[in-house]
Amino acid sequence: MNILPALQPILADLTERFDTRIEAVQAPRPNEVYFQAQMELVPGFCAQLYKKWNGRLVSLFADDARAQTGAFHLYYVFALDAVHGFFILRVPVSAAQPQFTSLTNALPAVNWQEREIQDLFGLRLEGHPNPRRCALHDDWPEVYPLRKDFDLHTVLPPFTGERHKFREVEGEGVFQVPVGPVHAGIIEPGHFLFSVAGEPVLYLQIRLFYTHKGTEKLFENIPVTHGVRLAESISGDSSFAHATAFCHAVERAANVEAPPRARALRTVCLELERVYNHVGDIGAIATDVAFVVANAHAMRLKESVLRLNDQLTGNRLLRGMAALGGVRFDWDPAQIKAIRSFIAALRPDFESLVALIRESSSTRDRLETTGILKPETAHDLGVVGIAGRASGVDHDLRRDFPHAAYDGLNFTVPVYREGDVLRRMQVRIDEVQAALSIIEQIISTLPDGPTRVGVPTLPANQVALGYVEGWRGEIFHWIRTAEAGRLARCKIKDPSLQNWPALSEAILGNIIPDFPVVNKSFNLSYSGTDR
Amino acid sequence: MFEILRKSLATGIVTTRYPQVPAEVSSQARGRPEIDFANWRDARPAVAACPTGALAAEDGGGTRTLTLDLGKCTFCGLCADADAAIRMTNVRELAARRKVDLVTTAKYELSPGGAQQKLLGPQPSALNPQPPSLDAIGAELKARVDKVLGRSLHIREVDAGSCNGCEMEIVGLNSPVYDVERFGIHFVASPRHADMLLVTGPVSRNMELALRKTYDATPAPRLVVAVGACGCSGGIFGQNYASLGGVDKVIPVDVYIPGCPPNPHALLHGILLAVGRLRK
Repeated sequence: MNILPALQPILADLTERFDTRIEAVQAPRPNEVYFQAQMELVPGFCAQLYKKWNGRLVSLFADDARAQTGAFHLYYVFALDAVHGFFILRVPVSAAQPQFTSLTNALPAVNWQEREIQDLFGLRLEGHPNPRRCALHDDWPEVYPLRKDFDLHTVLPPFTGERHKFREVEGEGVFQVPVGPVHAGIIEPGHFLFSVAGEPVLYLQIRLFYTHKGTEKLFENIPVTHGVRLAESISGDSSFAHATAFCHAVERAANVEAPPRARALRTVCLELERVYNHVGDIGAIATDVAFVVANAHAMRLKESVLRLNDQLTGNRLLRGMAALGGVRFDWDPAQIKAIRSFIAALRPDFESLVALIRESSSTRDRLETTGILKPETAHDLGVVGIAGRASGVDHDLRRDFPHAAYDGLNFTVPVYREGDVLRRMQVRIDEVQAALSIIEQIISTLPDGPTRVGVPTLPANQVALGYVEGWRGEIFHWIRTAEAGRLARCKIKDPSLQNWPALSEAILGNIIPDFPVVNKSFNLSYSGTDR
Repeated sequence: MFEILRKSLATGIVTTRYPQVPAEVSSQARGRPEIDFANWRDARPAVAACPTGALAAEDGGGTRTLTLDLGKCTFCGLCADADAAIRMTNVRELAARRKVDLVTTAKYELSPGGAQQKLLGPQPSALNPQPPSLDAIGAELKARVDKVLGRSLHIREVDAGSCNGCEMEIVGLNSPVYDVERFGIHFVASPRHADMLLVTGPVSRNMELALRKTYDATPAPRLVVAVGACGCSGGIFGQNYASLGGVDKVIPVDVYIPGCPPNPHALLHGILLAVGRLRK
């Protein structure tokens, strides 16, 4: 079995400890190792990887493989960041007795993911502290959309009954403030129910999945090539990152690697996506504490990135650029020059914007110690990306699992421990600076050669994990292939799904008027969560 | 404070100044596809390449009917990659009052091999050959708003299941670069204050009720603008168990703005069309 040497000791430890209870081990790729076992092994396997090997469960999902093996499969994807590998545990769930054991009490990070499996696959959760519906709203009929016997085009009966069941919060002087799903600003829909006593928030319940569009099911009904375009629409502000994660998964399943120049171009696009979103967010955070001038500058800078995107890829959100086996468009010297002059202009402009914000003591006063997410909470909830790095969670797939052309680049991953809005903004500032340097490094050593290789039609039942560090955090796409260039399953893991519960923690004790700025400092994707 | 002023002065005016200066649209930018109908020989590869069904073929009785529906098109350009008769233009201001105005149809006689032999009927004409400039749109819009509404145009944006791409561009309308407030357009926080709903997304099943309620809360006369491929037709999501397939499946729509997402010019162009409709 060809696996990374650094993974060998961990594999040896697991096989020794669990012996015959591990039924099979396969490594379709050196950093992606699959284990087969029964459900009863899950808690022990998970504990061993967490406690002894500093692993973390980055994705948990189900797959309806009743046609192949007569059972549903659950996949527990563990990232071993220090040794750059993924261990994936697959356990069957009998079709006759569709239920599985919850890990949420030991591992709050999987709370929403477990409930989503219960909702979309109809696998009943055992031992979950809060097994209410999550992905399907309360007024949905008893349907399991991701089961194979559910048709994508099923027409469901109209809404009846109660829409949402929220937990009651009682006490003297406690009242509730419902917000959404249609919000005051131009943002995505979701419902927030604040329970407050006076001004401070006691409890926040977040109801999402308003934008659920059947995306994962849709992936199973279209050709793989169209999947690239669908991936661009999972979360509009992460079009390129999601599409690239999808391409990465398909390429890995086919054992094809994008050529060096394509990987370089991908890296530039990923960093441009990071820059325009981070700059926009920095401005939006400033707006939410009434520093409107800073936002005007930030929006101006963001517009300049969108125009560069248009010039480089034909679309302001970088859509149409991603392609299986590489990228769709190569750049000529004039376009490379445009990138160079863009960075030369943006850097001083951005630095002076940062200086404006830094020197505004009233802004700092509003951002510092606001919306604190403690490092322990962030760790327990498995918070990733910007929000994680502002709360001491030192993970970045660009460094720990180099993809695209990140291997060999010189950049640092900013990590703070204070976990407040100020630090979430500071992570963005640091990352914009790093991104500009990364783009410069890439274009000064841009390899020649093709920008795309062919990806053969895949045989059925190949599995692969694709991954990209998007601007929000880590994005995973896991696929299982079907016949004739189709997919049997495409599991999308947006970092937002992992981070939403952390927002409920970070807002506690803060006042409702600070919610917009705390929310913006996380800036999580609704569509990426709801799919 | 001094630094704030200094930076503002050093930055100067960044707001777009059409028509005094030419529109800055990259030559690489992809907009409406243009089809050479007379020399179109075999549309099948392009139809197969289209991810949204915007380009569709129907064969029967020795003929093939081809439709290009801009309401479904995401301007990805994959059809143009597959077919030399198709070329991507950078024209993006494509809003229409009626959905049928977004559809071009051509009928061909087929050869036994399945290729298109002869175009039947006249050459289909392209939509909006000369898009107006942003300032021209804006000036006309302001005049119409003044005349019809006697005040500024208040817009409530509703995300009915969008991917957030359209929101990104709608927010951009408020940036100093586009600065729609100079035309009297103002985004408001409540439908009760709105003259117009700008609706994005294919309308997810979970947003249907919220969209209806928002519409009911908007005082008449009210306008509804469907934004983006999803808003116009369901886009790449189409119609499925969780997606209703477009804004007009739920509430009446006055204007459709194609694009994935439509850029700020295209949005403003569509808003103008909708206000023009109010006058009638």
